[in-house]
Amino acid sequence: MMRYPLMGLLASLLIVLSTPAPAATDAAEDAARWDLLHDMYFKDRPVEEAGGRIRIDAPARAHDAALVPVRVEVEPSLRLKTLSLLVDKNPVPLAATFHFGPASGGGGIETRIRVNEYTNVRAVGETQDGRLLMTEAYVKAAGGCSAPAVKDPQEAMARLGRIKVKLPETPVAGVPATAQVMISHPNSSGLQFDQVSRTYIPAHYVRSIVVRSGGRTVLEAETDISIAEDPNLRFSFVPVEGGTLEVVAHDTKGATFAQTVPLAAGAGKDEPAL
Amino acid sequence: MTTSFGPDAGSTHPRAALMTVAAALCLLAAAGPSGVEPLAMTEVAPGVFVHQGAIAEPAPDNRGDTANMGFIVGDSGVAVIDTGGTPELGRRLREAIAARTDREPVIVINTHMHPDHVFGNAAFADVPIAGHANLRDALAARQDVYRQRLTDELGAGASAGIPRVRVDRPVAGEVRIDLGNRLLVLTAHPTAHTNNDLTVFDRKTGTLFAGDLLFIDHLPVVDGNALGWLSVIDGLERVPAIRAVPGHGPAMVDWPGALDAERRYLTVLVEGVRRVLTAGGSIQEAVAHVVEGERDRWLLFDAYNPRNVTATFAELEWE
Repeated sequence: MMRYPLMGLLASLLIVLSTPAPAATDAAEDAARWDLLHDMYFKDRPVEEAGGRIRIDAPARAHDAALVPVRVEVEPSLRLKTLSLLVDKNPVPLAATFHFGPASGGGGIETRIRVNEYTNVRAVGETQDGRLLMTEAYVKAAGGCSAPAVKDPQEAMARLGRIKVKLPETPVAGVPATAQVMISHPNSSGLQFDQVSRTYIPAHYVRSIVVRSGGRTVLEAETDISIAEDPNLRFSFVPVEGGTLEVVAHDTKGATFAQTVPLAAGAGKDEPAL
Repeated sequence: MTTSFGPDAGSTHPRAALMTVAAALCLLAAAGPSGVEPLAMTEVAPGVFVHQGAIAEPAPDNRGDTANMGFIVGDSGVAVIDTGGTPELGRRLREAIAARTDREPVIVINTHMHPDHVFGNAAFADVPIAGHANLRDALAARQDVYRQRLTDELGAGASAGIPRVRVDRPVAGEVRIDLGNRLLVLTAHPTAHTNNDLTVFDRKTGTLFAGDLLFIDHLPVVDGNALGWLSVIDGLERVPAIRAVPGHGPAMVDWPGALDAERRYLTVLVEGVRRVLTAGGSIQEAVAHVVEGERDRWLLFDAYNPRNVTATFAELEWE
């Protein structure tokens, strides 16, 4: 393959120059990145290791960089005030902050994020007395042709704003139950450069999602561009007899999307499009 | 791989060869004397040449040569169909063209946005590029990530010189290209493998360049929409081809029988994900269990099946 010594030498040089840094340097880089994020999002508040009280479940390798499922489990005794999800190496690391209300059934959350490159994903829980507890998982970026971009922008725009709510078939008043909220939205990052107009395509993403059960707040989420297209939340809530689950979302262009679903048996299985 | 010469492959034109050598020397003047090694090509039909890429992920041992590419020679010019995963592969493809014909490339056709099919475009800076009407935006949104991945996989040398995204002839619906006594039909498809899949049909020989709408041996990769893909397969099946060139797999396969395995996989994928959704399962549960029965029938199953399940789950949960 290398017939010319000079070419071979140049090629070897390039290979040496592009070889990834050793693991020790990676760990140092990761620590430096976290220092920066700690300062940016939590200022001088101490952040403790959650040590099993908060667990994060994410695939070791992102199967699809545009859609990486992340589940955060929180020990039931730990009544969290807020939970923040961070993706260290993403352009906007803070993916979401969830504020839990009186109708929350616990601080666990499942959602889907975008992952730009090999990165730590962190969950930081804030207890009622203001302590910050953190846990993390390392996610390798997907290989090959996977990229954190919307697969079909036209389709995404065509169904923009549609909300689907999935409820347990037989919710029991007062007993925490799991619900899933899906909001159809491209969640465009604003980081895509239009090479013809020489401008960035404006960001267009869901910035808040509020969920209420029987009029009381389950959670209020502030969301950003690290959340995958079609924002998708699974959470625990406390059902109310004869009540409803109400979802209201706002996006960065000022649009409001809302859906209210009765908690009757089987409700929400096939919500019509808005 | 064997190389065959067909009756109208054409002989190497001495002046064209000289000019190519001169151009190569100019390009490499700073690096010292070097030749560009032409890619091995198979003539699958008269005037239709295909280079078969490795069925693997891009890695140093295959130098990023992991997708099929080809060219079709007409009386007045050459159409290039996909250009390979690195600028170097594009240069080697161009060298292979110059070795087979004195006609010049008049059009580069990209079958879709994936880097293993388009990064060789760098070697065709003087040739117009045709692609699906969605190609430009789709690649623009991903190119930086693709380039970074290539750098991670093969080093900065491999990804140097990748030009900015260019699509000079966007195709919506159907477009015909006359290469001189040879008509090519370019068809843009609805979202399937990606949202910018394009096929090329050479009417003269009944050869269909299916791009990544046809995977053979290599597990199909869903970066678009599985249900859409199944419906595109139903339409493609009616193309009156006698052979097809898959995006990954052998240089040529019989048509339309070659679609069967891919259709079976996508059908099992859709049905499996639907079952998990009906049972209220999560993406992770679907990834762990769906399509296990297909594992032994494909290469790169573990590299791509989890991602196919993930993408299909997100697609079908809106049903």
